[in-house]
Amino acid sequence: MIKDSIIEVKNVTFEYSNSEKTKTVIENFSLNIVRGSFTVILGHNGSGKSTLAKLLNGLYKPDSGDVLVDGINTKDEKYELEVKRRVGMVFQNPDNQLLASVVEEDVAFGPENLGLSPQEIRNRVDSSLKAVDMYDFRKNAPHHLSGGQKQRIAIAGIIAMEPECIVLDEPTAMLDPKGRKEIIKTIEKLNKEKNITVILITHFMEEAQNADRVIVMNDGAVYADDTPINVFSDAQMLKNVGLDVPQTTELLLSLKNSGFNVDTKNISIEETADTILKAFHSEGI
Amino acid sequence: MLKDITFGQYFDTKSIVHSLDPRIKILLLILQIVFIFITKNIYALLLAFLFVLLSVIFTKVPIKIYLKNFKAILPIIIFTALINLFYTNEGKELFGFWKLTLTTGGIYKAFYFALRIVLLIAISSVLTYTTTPNDLTDAIERLLSPLKILGLKNAVHTLAMMMTIALRFIPTLVEETQKIMNAQKARGADFENGRLKEKINALIPILIPLLISSVRRAYELAEAMECRCYSVNGDRQRMKILKCSAKDLFAFLFCLIFCLGIAILNYLF
Repeated sequence: MIKDSIIEVKNVTFEYSNSEKTKTVIENFSLNIVRGSFTVILGHNGSGKSTLAKLLNGLYKPDSGDVLVDGINTKDEKYELEVKRRVGMVFQNPDNQLLASVVEEDVAFGPENLGLSPQEIRNRVDSSLKAVDMYDFRKNAPHHLSGGQKQRIAIAGIIAMEPECIVLDEPTAMLDPKGRKEIIKTIEKLNKEKNITVILITHFMEEAQNADRVIVMNDGAVYADDTPINVFSDAQMLKNVGLDVPQTTELLLSLKNSGFNVDTKNISIEETADTILKAFHSEGI
Repeated sequence: MLKDITFGQYFDTKSIVHSLDPRIKILLLILQIVFIFITKNIYALLLAFLFVLLSVIFTKVPIKIYLKNFKAILPIIIFTALINLFYTNEGKELFGFWKLTLTTGGIYKAFYFALRIVLLIAISSVLTYTTTPNDLTDAIERLLSPLKILGLKNAVHTLAMMMTIALRFIPTLVEETQKIMNAQKARGADFENGRLKEKINALIPILIPLLISSVRRAYELAEAMECRCYSVNGDRQRMKILKCSAKDLFAFLFCLIFCLGIAILNYLF
């Protein structure tokens, strides 16, 4: 163990099989997630990223190899609930994760399953709802909320169990741009303020901007594993695995190709704007 | 069409009835239904009517909303009234034609049975209008908890869970049905015209996608529940603590007085 890691994936292979054929989705895969870090996993459809997510909290068990959560093997049935409590999971469709008709009762579902005292459940529900800025909606019915709000409730339902780590499997795929921003802001806040380890699975590049580490997956294997800036500036690599290059990087790259002296290692819109301005000034435009 | 379902809806008017313990409300509803059924004469039934009317007023829910409910079951009320009107041969005969005779006893019975149905619907609505579906399932789970001694612990809990999920997904599925209907309409499906058989056939392209998506939803929900540490055998705690208060005692006494009144009137006349 190099650093304090919360999740260790060791030589994991996972395959789906039916009567006719077996399909290996993840092959001999290893990964360490450092406690308190913010990791983004990118990959196109069918790259195995959702399967990986479900392996991380024991929803799927590896066919060979081991997944260790806080040192506990997910194959160990005795500690099944312990693993799920430590690694919370948020899915794509908020509608299919909420199961009570009142927001606060839905958030209470997890803590209720943990068998905590009613008072403790109440405290956790209130603080979780405040953490995702949905406290004012605690008495509302989920179907009256927007997609982004529903997804925030789903996140609150997970953090009410006080997990060490949250895995979010394309949480913004079904949301509008406004809802997407809300979710990403919430996730980044939880990572910074509550020090919860975050693993965000997505195919939206912009969402990876502020991550500590970006892992690009392709065909069930790690294709790239680096900081966001390094990953995004490698346009050729991204195109190879069928991902879009962020618009800012795209712009900088085409400027560079037409002879401008710009640094392509920028992601945010503000930084890019500054870089372009500087380049233009130095050219005397 | 789907928006008109008012039965089982909750109206938050924050009345005293809303603040009662849902368990007490369910028990009192059962008690009241029993007593409405055992009324033997119109006097006792009128007393029950007074009780129901007072309960309705206490809920502060507009009478209009209760009346809307009756519109849906009006055919049943009219049917019951007519059957009783013409098939009762008691009292003075007013007039007769063909095989039907109208008697004073018939009019009395028609009125009596129609009023009884109205009262039953109204008192049931008092419960559903003033209690959230969640409180209801919660109360049912707790009222059934004695069954746990018989080794039915999981059964009681599973039943309550099923009710909670069903209630949660009604609006979602209604919305989805609407979407599918619109999608099929955009492809030229016609739900309004044609004979009955054609109308039924037109429903199939709605029901099949709805069924498939429900199965998918159920699968995803099960995974999400598993991720939130749910297990059927687990010892679940509840956030909400239900407590009986002085208000509940008062409601109980209030109800009891009317029940006694009905019993006395039954005996006297």
